[in-house]
Amino acid sequence: MQILPSGDRALLVELDDLDEVLGYYAALTADPPADVVDVVPAARTVLVTTSGSLDVLARALRAVKATAGSQVAGDLIEIPVVYDGEDLDDVARLLGCSAAEVVARHTADEWTVAFCGFAPGFGYLTSSGTWDIPRRESPRTKVPAGAVALAGEFSGVYPRESPGGWQLIGRTPVRIFDSDRDPAALFHPGRRVRFVDAGRG
Amino acid sequence: MSSLTVLETGPLATIQDCGRAGQAALGVPASGACDRAAYSLANRLVGNPVGAAALEVTFGGLVVHADGDLVVAITGAPCTGVPLNAPATLRAGEVLRLGVPSTGLRTYVAVRGGIDVPPVLGSRSTDLLSGLGPAPLTAGRTLPVGSLVEPMPGVDLAPVAHPTGGEAVLRVTPGPRRDWFTDAGWASLVSQPYRVSSNSNRVGVRLDGEPLERARTGELASEGMARGAIQIPPSGTPVIFLADHPVTGGYPVIAYVTEADLDTCAQLRPGQPVRLISS
Repeated sequence: MQILPSGDRALLVELDDLDEVLGYYAALTADPPADVVDVVPAARTVLVTTSGSLDVLARALRAVKATAGSQVAGDLIEIPVVYDGEDLDDVARLLGCSAAEVVARHTADEWTVAFCGFAPGFGYLTSSGTWDIPRRESPRTKVPAGAVALAGEFSGVYPRESPGGWQLIGRTPVRIFDSDRDPAALFHPGRRVRFVDAGRG
Repeated sequence: MSSLTVLETGPLATIQDCGRAGQAALGVPASGACDRAAYSLANRLVGNPVGAAALEVTFGGLVVHADGDLVVAITGAPCTGVPLNAPATLRAGEVLRLGVPSTGLRTYVAVRGGIDVPPVLGSRSTDLLSGLGPAPLTAGRTLPVGSLVEPMPGVDLAPVAHPTGGEAVLRVTPGPRRDWFTDAGWASLVSQPYRVSSNSNRVGVRLDGEPLERARTGELASEGMARGAIQIPPSGTPVIFLADHPVTGGYPVIAYVTEADLDTCAQLRPGQPVRLISS
């Protein structure tokens, strides 16, 4: 673990891998140090913003005993998906299997929200399965809200219409982010997700 | 309940408060007023509680009609035609007209009682990147004014320096990815004359200058960033993150602007010369 400088109000904790990030984030948020304003987990790092002293924060961050990633058990949510995405056949080709097998693998895996970013409520979901999907060569200017997508080792669901370069495999009617709802974001770091094949809609 | 009606907005006028801190883990940016000192001062001058919503006006041009008797205070970039850094009374039917600022970029208009639009995720701030909060102001819109106030502070005028119109100097400290750049790259960052790009907005101040030499290439996994982060995209020229910056980013952060100089960043105008110095 390395602690890197990030201005007068934050420190960046660099960890070995995503599993370690999940475990560190779980332990940190279970017992947050005083004066912590925001905690942002990402693929290899956790950014911690404070309203207090950076020295005090650094000491607290070094003292965090990370929970082992596999022991992090958040609640489970099921997301129904109509698997008719425009890139489904391309993804199947990339993986050397049929579209039906992509769906079978996507629904069989248990996914975990590793972190959020890109847009409010956009979760980067990982699974124990091996996914390694390149982004589209040219990003779409408009991806519809509810689009279920793959990129790299991650799966995600676009919370609202936005540009995007991920490969689209399906869509869900579930509102992933709704600022009038509490909680507004359905996905939060540590939450487990299962995608369910909802047929042809 | 009293209100204001927007007659003209100028290039961009939004509603801002202290923002949405504490929700970055859900991908929700902090947003909030860009020049936090000017915003807070405007609220204090009219006896508003901390965090009351005010108007952030970019490059003047706002024209509003007082639908009732109101007490207002205007701070930040000094616009022609209006009093600055002092509480003033606006009688029912009067029109407040902000001219072009002589220096700086963002002017704050606080109204005693605060702008009382419904909060979104705990804040009345317009977040232009995420599309959260109230939409930017448009002509014809009526803005309700709240009634939650504290005693007037009894201050006639707050002596505050105007934003600089000449070269701005920003102190910076090394960021988490300083080592992605050569020593020559760092030296270039803290010595070369930059200019503010016209491409700047509430997300970030973009600087035009000579690209920085990198020590390593390749992709950085996206990581969390705080306000003041100086991100270096492949073009090699800096982007300083402001209020509406995304919570994570994938380009290396070579440095951070010190907290004390962040409000200066909010007032930088396109074309203005900027120098970054090692803190």
